[in-house]
Amino acid sequence: MRPILMKGHERPLTFLRYNREGDLLFSCAKDHTPNVWFADNGERLGTYRGHNGAVWCCDVSRDSMRLITASADQTVKLWNVQNGTQLYSFNFDSPAKSVDFSVGDKLAVITTDPFMGLPSAIQVKQIARDSSDQISDSVLTIKGPVGRINRAVWGPLNKTIISAGEDTVIRVWDTETGQLLKESDKETGHQKTITSLSKSADGSHFLTGSSDKSAKLWDMRTLTLIKTYVTERPVNACAISPLLDHVVIGGGQEAVHVTTTDRRAGKFEAKFFHKILQEEIGGVKGHFGPINALAFNPDGRSFSSGGEDGYVRLHHFDSDYFNIRM
Amino acid sequence: MAEVISMADIEASAARIGIDLSSINLDSIQLPPGEDFGIQSGDDGDLYQDDPLEFEGGFGNIIVVDNLPVVPPEKFEKLEGVIRKIYSQIGTIREGGIWMPVSPDTQKTLGYCFIEYNTAQEAELAREKTNGYKLDKSHIFAVNVLDDFEKYMKVPEEWKASEIKPYMPGENLQQWLTDEKARDQFVIRAGSNTEVFWNDPRQLMPELVHQRQYWTESFVQWSPLGTYLATVHRQGAAVWGGASTFNRLMRFAHPQVRQIDFSPSEKYIITYSSHEPSNPRDSHRIVINIFDVRTGKLMRDFKGNVDEFATGGSGGVSGISWPVFRWGGGREDKYFARIGKNVIAVYETETFTLVDKKSMKVDNVVDFSWSPTDPILALFVPEQGGGNQPARVSLVQIPGKEELRQKNLFSVSDCKVYWQNNGEYLAVKVDRYTKTKKSTYTGFELFRIKERDIPIEVLELDNKNDKIIAFAWEPKGHRFAVIHGDGPRPDISFYSMRTSQNTGRVSKLMTLKSKQANALYWSPAGRYILLAGLKGFNGQLEFYNVDELETMATGEHFMATDIEWDPTGRYVATAVTSVHEMENGFHIWSFNGKLLYRISRDHFYQFLWRPRPPSLLTTEKEEEIAKNLKKYSKKYEAEDQDVSMQLNEQDRKKRKMLQDQWNEWVAKWKQWHEEERQFRIQLRDGEASDEEEEYEAKEVEVEEVLDVSEEIVADQD
Repeated sequence: MRPILMKGHERPLTFLRYNREGDLLFSCAKDHTPNVWFADNGERLGTYRGHNGAVWCCDVSRDSMRLITASADQTVKLWNVQNGTQLYSFNFDSPAKSVDFSVGDKLAVITTDPFMGLPSAIQVKQIARDSSDQISDSVLTIKGPVGRINRAVWGPLNKTIISAGEDTVIRVWDTETGQLLKESDKETGHQKTITSLSKSADGSHFLTGSSDKSAKLWDMRTLTLIKTYVTERPVNACAISPLLDHVVIGGGQEAVHVTTTDRRAGKFEAKFFHKILQEEIGGVKGHFGPINALAFNPDGRSFSSGGEDGYVRLHHFDSDYFNIRM
Repeated sequence: MAEVISMADIEASAARIGIDLSSINLDSIQLPPGEDFGIQSGDDGDLYQDDPLEFEGGFGNIIVVDNLPVVPPEKFEKLEGVIRKIYSQIGTIREGGIWMPVSPDTQKTLGYCFIEYNTAQEAELAREKTNGYKLDKSHIFAVNVLDDFEKYMKVPEEWKASEIKPYMPGENLQQWLTDEKARDQFVIRAGSNTEVFWNDPRQLMPELVHQRQYWTESFVQWSPLGTYLATVHRQGAAVWGGASTFNRLMRFAHPQVRQIDFSPSEKYIITYSSHEPSNPRDSHRIVINIFDVRTGKLMRDFKGNVDEFATGGSGGVSGISWPVFRWGGGREDKYFARIGKNVIAVYETETFTLVDKKSMKVDNVVDFSWSPTDPILALFVPEQGGGNQPARVSLVQIPGKEELRQKNLFSVSDCKVYWQNNGEYLAVKVDRYTKTKKSTYTGFELFRIKERDIPIEVLELDNKNDKIIAFAWEPKGHRFAVIHGDGPRPDISFYSMRTSQNTGRVSKLMTLKSKQANALYWSPAGRYILLAGLKGFNGQLEFYNVDELETMATGEHFMATDIEWDPTGRYVATAVTSVHEMENGFHIWSFNGKLLYRISRDHFYQFLWRPRPPSLLTTEKEEEIAKNLKKYSKKYEAEDQDVSMQLNEQDRKKRKMLQDQWNEWVAKWKQWHEEERQFRIQLRDGEASDEEEEYEAKEVEVEEVLDVSEEIVADQD
């Protein structure tokens, strides 16, 4: 497997997202400019200029027409995917950490960080079909979790929102009332900050990665813990294969230790696990720093990883990969 | 203390009596003075608990000095001055800490006084130093710690025969040796846990035997034959063992114990502590106790200043080199010895006194070591008088103290002594100055202890200037390995003390060029050696067969810091301990370099295999077994196969179960997904939404009329 190295960012990567067809790959980094690439050959198509801070997260609409990005400059921006123009900008009082379009793309859930005495929050915005009708008011604001909320996504049929973050607890919220419906168990759940959350293709289950060196698979509707994958490093990113029963987990030791240890010692590998047997299948090396972002192509035949080193590595699987027997 | 009332109870009772708790400002409520409604404040409780701490240990810091002169009031102050002078030298006397009672009738003193020190240690020291102090002929001090009075007062007046307890058979402390699968145990310390495991290479994982949190306060140590596991605590050391689990077998009281050491047959245990002096100008005080392991009886104690125990040569800042006492005389635990200034003090364990009642005088001796099997001491005396008196290595027989062999060595900078573990050979690594005295080179003096007159042979490496990085004898064997060289990739040479024709000459077997190794680990059974590159080489491992002179396997345990063979020589453990922040844990390898399993643990401190006592089989029997190995191994191979089949079967079942469980989940999800489809389409404004529809291949037949032409077919009629 020869990866395609994509150098378009000058700072560590934060997030990767494929569009539904799997022909476009959007990348966010701590520099201020999200990029879009051809997911097939890694050619850069364009950039989205306008943010004034690290971009933490993005999502693309189902028709691949609109991109939404969450940034540390306290804004969430809507973009025209095709020509890179900014359609709208939501302003907040604190950095925005994650963003997710609902089914139907009419709503977006945004999380904001605790900042200057403000607590962290989950906010739901209505997304107008025509950006000239766009309003900035939140439909719903949820507060409660302590510390940063690193990711919030929509549950089935937009009826719930699932959030996870620094307080190690996964919560399911009702989108009508904003009420807390379920909480993950402290005992069996993660022991340290949850850094990432990734849904399965059909939205029936999701995977969380945590600094406690494990990733856990949960049922989306009942919040039942199904599987746990244990690694040797804090987990920064994770993704579920849409094609095979595989999950991929990436991380590495904390950024502060990177300069003092050998690259080999850092374990900057994207590790593949068998989703059902929880056994390690293999690893993909290459990054010079911890892996911060992972995403599978919707066809399951390639995946990309983004690292602290500022590179995106795009891997098309060899045929051997599809013949792995466990 | 009043019973604890929870917030929920308070809320409940508030609701019952109709009070809105949120409307009450709790700070505004003032209790009548002295009334606490039976609820003690938590803060006060802490205070009460703190107080007794000060008096902990009673009056251990007060001594009573008896046999003082009885003086009239005129001379009272003078006597007090004398006493103060004597006792303030030893430690700090508390203010008003001297109290000399006076008889109310005669106004004369009563001939005794109390002195209060800052610490119990000072009081103890004062008692030791001044008990029997002669002030003058008729006044010999009798000094006691005040606590002792109380202790001796409690002794009953009448002697009673102590009850003889009926004999209770103890546990079989060597139960672990009877393991059916002949496995070995090891202990690890990680975080606050200490755990003992079976090494189960067939299952490719360890099996937990016993686990305990905060089992020890600093480290654990197996006794040399593996019977006991010793733990170290503030109050002393303890040994643990037993048939199925680990029970505490004995405690050895020794406050602030720092180091422990067992005698080779684990009859005795030596504990060591050093105490900060109260006066910064004084040197540290050292206490060494020797206990009988089984009875817990204190056999002998040594107390003194660091200087008395510091070895002659070093005398530096650190002073003490551990172990202070080294055990000799092989498996009988007969002798132990320590080095002092110009002396070697050899003690015997029958009486725990010096052999011949005096220590052995050896001028300027700096180092000594015992033969592992015989009561023979090897001594090293460095060069004296600027080279006029040569350095000397000599072998001394105990208890006779006669010199068996001596070798003078010229222009020597340093010597190091290596015994082969059967006591057959002794290698002395000698660093000599070159003529210019600017650099040194290294040679070996090889002693054959078991041969007549102990012949000595000199061995120099092919390249004399090579630095010696490591040296190791083959256990129970006649070979040794040396890592030598200057560059980043040194060479490794193997030598034998025998040659094919002549048994009396050392011969070189092989040199391996430019290896990434800096440490040598022979298998305890000999024959195999692990060449390891620790530290700078990041944990390179090479498993080498010295019989065949070939490499069996190479491996790597990145950042490995510690390596230990199991006592049988079947497995090797490599570990990364907490000196590194990352990668903590251990790997278990087979003797031929196959990685069997890995365990990672954060804050990994120790890995120790449980030692085994020496085999009871005779050499002939061992040889016979080796000869018929095939016959014996059949049984074990069959067992191995059974286990692996069983494992496969288990594994298969487990996988099937996991897969079935998963399928259940998937079925459920599919059902939900199906049920929700309509809603989903609605949410997407009627757009056909599910993937399966989008990509469904539909065969559509389309008929299209391209052209119509009429042709008149001629009637063939």
